[in-house]
Amino acid sequence: MSFFQVKDLGIRFGGVVAVDRVSFEVKRGECYTIIGPNGAGKTTIFNLIGLLYPATSGKIFFQDKELTGLSPHQVADLGIARTFQNIELFEHATVLQNLLIGRHRHRRTALWQELLFTPAVRRAELAQREAVEKVIDFLDLAKYRDSLVAGLPYGVRKVVELGRALATEPRLLLLDEPSSGLNPEETDDMAFWIEDIKRQLGVTVLMVEHDMNLVSRVSDRVLALNMGTVIAEGTPAEVQANPAVIEAYLGKAA
Amino acid sequence: MRFLFKTGYAQDLRLFKHGGQVFWYGLLMVLLLAAPYAIGEYLTSQLQFICIYSIVGLGLMLLVGFTGQISLGHAAFLAIGAYTEALMQARGVPFFVSLPCAALLSAAMGWVLGLPALRLKGIYLAIATLAFNVIVEEILARWESLTNGNSGLNLKPIELFGMKLDGDAGFYYLCLGLAMLSILAVLNLLRSPTGRAFVAIRDSEISASCMGVNLANYKTMSFALSAALAGIAGALYAHKVTFISPEQFTLLQSIELVTIVILGGVGFVHGAVLGAAFLIVLPQLISLAKDYLPADVAGTGLQSVVFGLVLIVIIIFEPLGLYGRWLKLRTWFELFPFYRRGMFRRQKSYMKSERLR
Ligand SMILES: Nc1ncnc2c1ncn2[C@@H]1O[C@H](COP(=O)(O)OP(=O)(O)O)[C@@H](O)[C@H]1O
Ligand SMILES: [Mg+2]
Repeated sequence: MSFFQVKDLGIRFGGVVAVDRVSFEVKRGECYTIIGPNGAGKTTIFNLIGLLYPATSGKIFFQDKELTGLSPHQVADLGIARTFQNIELFEHATVLQNLLIGRHRHRRTALWQELLFTPAVRRAELAQREAVEKVIDFLDLAKYRDSLVAGLPYGVRKVVELGRALATEPRLLLLDEPSSGLNPEETDDMAFWIEDIKRQLGVTVLMVEHDMNLVSRVSDRVLALNMGTVIAEGTPAEVQANPAVIEAYLGKAA
Repeated sequence: MRFLFKTGYAQDLRLFKHGGQVFWYGLLMVLLLAAPYAIGEYLTSQLQFICIYSIVGLGLMLLVGFTGQISLGHAAFLAIGAYTEALMQARGVPFFVSLPCAALLSAAMGWVLGLPALRLKGIYLAIATLAFNVIVEEILARWESLTNGNSGLNLKPIELFGMKLDGDAGFYYLCLGLAMLSILAVLNLLRSPTGRAFVAIRDSEISASCMGVNLANYKTMSFALSAALAGIAGALYAHKVTFISPEQFTLLQSIELVTIVILGGVGFVHGAVLGAAFLIVLPQLISLAKDYLPADVAGTGLQSVVFGLVLIVIIIFEPLGLYGRWLKLRTWFELFPFYRRGMFRRQKSYMKSERLR
């Protein structure tokens, strides 16, 4: 009975074994972080969880349901939302429109109702809007509400993407390097939000992150990955002190 | 400059954002309603064509401009609508039944054409839709027992609830009404979850699917809706020209339909109407100009050349099309003298290095 579990997950791209028999478990309500040097296979694990690629081996379970064989949108329907390392927003839409797409899995109206824009659709749209406004308040995005994403600074886009994932009301939130490209103040905000997402909203967070400061601050447990294989797991302090991890990051002492 | 003060979420769901819009669109509507009594038979007939092409244009805009797919086969849907209408009318089916049938049959074919779209992108999809056009054209020419082959079919004027729409005004109001309804339906869709899903697919398929958008469903749905609009336009077109044959629905016609979208402005509902108007007006202008041109320039190929040139000029200098040009002009007046160049330039400031293949 685990909340989220990855078992013997593996994938190879031609000759490259990007992820090799990785297993871990995330408990409900915790923040679980995957660290590792560049090219360790962290993003690939996220893409495997989102079923963007078929895994070569292994299984993924979410609330004891196996994900294998589903399509990406079905994964989202189960309540797994994600952000991307390099931001994949809808560029030619406003922040508000981006967040509203996050509400997609909560839509209840049929096509014919939408073509006529019946009162039911109007009510539903107002409800979606209210849900989105909560996210806008939560992340302090009000001043960007009607701005086109294409014109926003990088740091704000990062927050918009987090907002879009939150608008789906996820049970499990996957964050791929939430602090990359952010300045120290923005990183600090990000840390607060992740803590709030965990505590206030009760969302389980699975995160890939480089900034060890942020990692120690928000994570309950950490998994260290190198060349596609697990090299350590434990509390942030334990993993940071692990010789194998130090070696992976700094190279072997001469 | 107009500042909108927003006081409620419902405000963002309105079709008209402020009183000014209500006024101008209202005025346009009044002019359009009065038109048949003011501008004479010939121009009314041209307005009918503009309405008909606006409806196909809207369908294509939904598919190309809002869902990011391509179709070089929309003349085939026009044909399916036209032939359904002609054949059903010949068998005594009333118009208010045959028109929905034309739309539905066309939608069904659109759904079928949408299936390859799940696997194909860009140029490959274009080729698949192009092939579809050729196949439909070929079937219409060969299935003589049903379609009368290349000799074509004749249509009688529409009879609607006992009224014969053979005068110009009656048919014009029918076209105008259907065009308005189509615009309204598309606008409604665009402010609902389905329209947002379309736009999401256009902007990033990966993101859309990670937000729970079923790519397969929505792409085929977009094809079906787009084809349905083309089917409606096809039925009207058949009545407009009163005689249909396969050579009216060739690949060239499909390409002309795509130019509606590109000329008008990809991604704008207004663009469909502007593009349609342009498509109808340009040949008129060209034939007017022919009187003043030397005989060897004013040959039959002139229209294609001008069309091609206009298309190239628009793609190079005004990728947002006629509607984009209008937006810039309006902003220029509103901001005068503070307009600066490049205000509408789309920024591509951040690389997407991690695009999935
Ligand atoms: N689609 C792909 N095709 C081929 N190789 C890939 C693909 N995606 C990732 N890889 C390879 O897998 C390895 C892990 O990449 P990634 O998961 O992005 O690392 P990171 O831990 O930095 O996020 C890298 O060697 C990368 O080149
Ligand atoms: Mg990565």
